[in-house]
Parts: sequence; structure tokens; C-alpha cells
Amino acid sequence: MLSQTARVDRVFHALGDPTRRAIVEKLCEGPLSVSRLAEPLDITLAAVVQHLQVLEKSGLVRTEKAGRVRTCRIEPDGLTVAEKWIMDRRSLWQRRLNRLGNLLAESDD
Amino acid sequence: MTERSVVHSTFAIERSYPASPERLFAAFSDPAKKRRWFAEGEEFQIEHFEVDFRVGGIETARFRSKDGRQTFQNDTVYRDILENRRIVIAYNMSAGQTRISASLATFEFIPNGKDTDLVFTEQAAFFEGADGPEIRKEGWRLLLGQLEKELAR
Repeated sequence: MLSQTARVDRVFHALGDPTRRAIVEKLCEGPLSVSRLAEPLDITLAAVVQHLQVLEKSGLVRTEKAGRVRTCRIEPDGLTVAEKWIMDRRSLWQRRLNRLGNLLAESDD
Repeated sequence: MTERSVVHSTFAIERSYPASPERLFAAFSDPAKKRRWFAEGEEFQIEHFEVDFRVGGIETARFRSKDGRQTFQNDTVYRDILENRRIVIAYNMSAGQTRISASLATFEFIPNGKDTDLVFTEQAAFFEGADGPEIRKEGWRLLLGQLEKELAR
């Protein structure tokens, strides 16, 4: 099990590359095979596979091989790591005022 | 850090809430409601929370870190209350026995159609060792800069 710091490092490293971000954006729309994923990216299949390895290690993407086809899908928990890290960096007052909004949204009195 | 220093800073945060000024104001004047958004939901235990909501009244909030080692305390005095329109507080933040900041904070409630805009302005003096909002804001700016660098690679 990776430490939280190591997970955050890997997620931001993975997202620090425009091609990998493009892969994540594409997969957010739905699962795709590696070859379908490579088509609009204009890079070699080997390069896509390398990017996918980085994304898999970061926990952002999962791939599964069925027969001769490898299917890639987004792993929502991976994005939660990045989201939580950023949310935790917001200032105390910003977090308080967010909670105030939640409180006002749930009570009608 | 033992060097003595004071950093002065003013910052504002604006929010819009889908609620009337009356409901927004009640989230400040009702201690149970205030506790829910002001004190709860952080990663520490609430040791003490007491509100005396009137001009000159005192509010005390004391927290303890999860490992039990560090306490943080907010000591607040209500300096101005204009029902449904404005609240001004003066407050100290302390870490253990050390005061780390002294601030004047103003909440303005401005009706905006069905919503109410909240303008929060803090004018603060941060002392040595402070982990106040300005320092966090600076930290945030640096972190975003790092993220930007990482994204530019």
C-alpha cells in the first residue's frame, strides 16, 4: 500500500503531462481499447502504452486484457486523491464558508 | 523560528448563498448553527465552544489536534452587530499558549435577488510562528506555482 504522499506525488506527476491528461479526459467519457485511445492522439501505440503504465501506477486508470484487446477505464478514486489534496490546501475560512453554504442548503428554517 | 516579526495583511473572500439575509445571519447568531459550520468538520477535536452573541460578547473555541499534542484557540469579541446586515469581530488565534495572530474581521450580508452575498474581510497582524490565513494563502500560491511548473514540463 502506497503512502498518501507517494500517491499524491504519482497522481500529480501523471497529470503533469498533456498527453496523459488527454488520455484521462478521453477515458472520463467511457472505457476504450488501447488502439482506439491512440487514434486521435497522433502518437505511436508504444508511446500510448508507456503513458498508460504511468497512469496505472498513479491509480488514475485501470486496464484489463480480454483476449487480444486491452481495455482502459478511469479509476475514480485516483482523481479523488488529487481533489482531496487541493481541497485540503484551501484556507480555513474558505472551508468554513463552504460548510456555511452546506448548512444553509440543508435547513429551511 | 524565534525571530520576532509581524506581518500585516488584508484579504477578502466573497460568497453568494441561496438564502435570505435573515437565514444567513441566523447561522451566525444561533450558537448551535455557528458551531456546525465554524468549528465542526476540521481534522481536530472541539474541546470547548461557547458563544455570547452580542456587542462586547465573547466567543471561545478551543481545538485539539488528533494526536492530542497541540491545542488551538480562537478568542473572539463581537465589536459590531447590525442585524441581518453586518457583524464585526476582533479575534486572536493561539497555538498552545502562544498567540499567533490578532485580527479584525467583518462579515457583510448584501441581498442580491433571491440570494445573499457575503463579503468577509479580514485585517490581520500575524505574529512569529503564525499559520494564519495569509501564510496559508501564500503557501497555496506557491503550491499552485509548483503545480503549474509540473504541468508545464
